[in-house]
Amino acid sequence: MNALFAAAGTEFRIALRNRWVTVAVAMMALFALVLSAAGSAATGALGADRLSVTVASLTSLAVYLVPLIALLMSFDAIAGEVERGTLPLVLTYPVARATLLAGKFAAHLGILALAVAVGYGIAAGAALVTDPGAARGLPALWRLLWSSVALGATFLGIGYAISALARRPGAAAGAVIGLWLGVIVLFDLGLLAAVVADGGGAFTTVVFPWLLLGNPADAFRLFNLAASGATAAAAGVGGAAQAIPPALALASVLGWPVLGFGLALAAFRKVTP
Amino acid sequence: MLRLADVTKSFQGTPALHGVGFTVAPGERVALLGHNGAGKSTLMKIILGLIAADAGRISVMGAAPGSMGARAVTAYLPENAAFHPALTGLEQIRYYLRLRGEDPKGARTLLEKVGLGEAARRRIGTYSKGMRQRVGLAQALIGAPRLLVLDEPTSGLDPVSRRDFYAVLDDLAGRGAAILLSSHALTEVEARTDRIVILSGGRLMADDTLAGLRRRAALPIRLQVQARPDTADRVAARLTGTRHNGVRVDLVCGPADKLARLGEISALGALIDDVEVIPPSLEDIYSHFSQRDLP
Ligand SMILES: Nc1ncnc2c1ncn2[C@@H]1O[C@H](COP(=O)(O)OP(=O)(O)OP(=O)(O)O)[C@@H](O)[C@H]1O
Ligand SMILES: [Mg+2]
Repeated sequence: MNALFAAAGTEFRIALRNRWVTVAVAMMALFALVLSAAGSAATGALGADRLSVTVASLTSLAVYLVPLIALLMSFDAIAGEVERGTLPLVLTYPVARATLLAGKFAAHLGILALAVAVGYGIAAGAALVTDPGAARGLPALWRLLWSSVALGATFLGIGYAISALARRPGAAAGAVIGLWLGVIVLFDLGLLAAVVADGGGAFTTVVFPWLLLGNPADAFRLFNLAASGATAAAAGVGGAAQAIPPALALASVLGWPVLGFGLALAAFRKVTP
Repeated sequence: MLRLADVTKSFQGTPALHGVGFTVAPGERVALLGHNGAGKSTLMKIILGLIAADAGRISVMGAAPGSMGARAVTAYLPENAAFHPALTGLEQIRYYLRLRGEDPKGARTLLEKVGLGEAARRRIGTYSKGMRQRVGLAQALIGAPRLLVLDEPTSGLDPVSRRDFYAVLDDLAGRGAAILLSSHALTEVEARTDRIVILSGGRLMADDTLAGLRRRAALPIRLQVQARPDTADRVAARLTGTRHNGVRVDLVCGPADKLARLGEISALGALIDDVEVIPPSLEDIYSHFSQRDLP
């Protein structure tokens, strides 16, 4: 346990020195500010309170931004140590690889949680100040917050796995950007095209929901939008996903971080320094 | 006690180690010598469990290499010790202390021991090569390791730090640590280790004390006879040696003939001025055992 804290502390310090903490927090804060400014014009039209509207917009934002930050923080975690040559020495210490990985994970997840909390805090603050009824949206905000952290955890794990498999930071960076484009951007476009082509056939009713649930980003979106039906229109796939039970979306949101860390550990265990 | 037997390893079909076996007893300092690419670093990584051997038996204080038991009692200094450039020396050593379950307060003392007290609060990214090497040494001293595996520990160290380093090593060996270190600096090895293991092309060529190696190599000894200015030719003829620069006559003989030859020289009496006996150098002995073109 002491070793885990030591690893996490060191990793956090490195992230602080490398400005990752600043970059992540600034990025989330900036986007949240822009979102609040843009959102204030459209308020009232949907009949929902300001905070619920903000949460819906934040959800769409988080789907892109949280995985991106997580992947950017994680791609170097193992490949960088291999390249710098710091890995062999630490692996001769009497500490399990799982502990070392968990230490990095804890530090990076802490930074991500901080960034998300600051960003959402700014946006929520703006909503609460301008709309007295906005407190009704607080449960949705809380749900968004922890599920964002879970989403980040998933992509941290996937990023570590890529980092361990790629072994070179350059290759790992390319791979995580490719993954981000594929899973977050192209996946939805592809599904949308398939649904349109299918015209309400078996694909749309049977396969499509499972594909959405299987993708951690889509499951995150589903989970957050399902609970606030009023704002479902805010998401591209929201309409088609009405039929999916929220419990399944929750299972995906909670299951993916475990799976991600498992992938990372399996890949890290295979690394020969 | 470190025991190796029949350790064999190849990388994608290229043999790196072949049937290597030796032991390092507690309190013993063993030098691992060999040409570049002989397999020294590979052997060390196998001892540490960083890479797996293809065949052979290895026991690190009775435990399997790379097991928690083995790692808990082993300290390692990699060939090119690298650390995160954003951390200070102090932070780095504190981290290693905590990984070994030791009190991080000891970091300062460790750094002072390797002469980094002044630079402790500076980032490792600003350190010189020798300073980074010293951070590596400091971490190898954490706790009370019973086995130290040091890959070229003195590379990049200045002469004074080298001496200090060997003093620390003697202290550890005195307290019963087994030490295996690789080096290309033969003179240090001569004075500071108990036994020499020579690898060549992945094979064990020798495992003996320096005196034993000297005996076994039975390399020729050079005798330099200083003649008087006008007697050099006669001395050369009488001793069947080669004349050099007017007054010097060089003779070469096997170790067994040394005394006989010296007798012949002293029999020349007034013809000669002085005689110098030059034993085979450490380099000669080393190259004798580490010839690459042996089977
Ligand atoms: N990961 C690897 N993949 C392929 N070949 C390797 C690998 N590591 C070492 N080798 C090969 O194994 C042989 C032994 O290398 P090793 O690093 O053990 O030599 P060394 O004795 O430490 O040399 P030096 O004195 O230069 O440090 C070399 O031929 C090297 O090319
Ligand atoms: Mg080497």
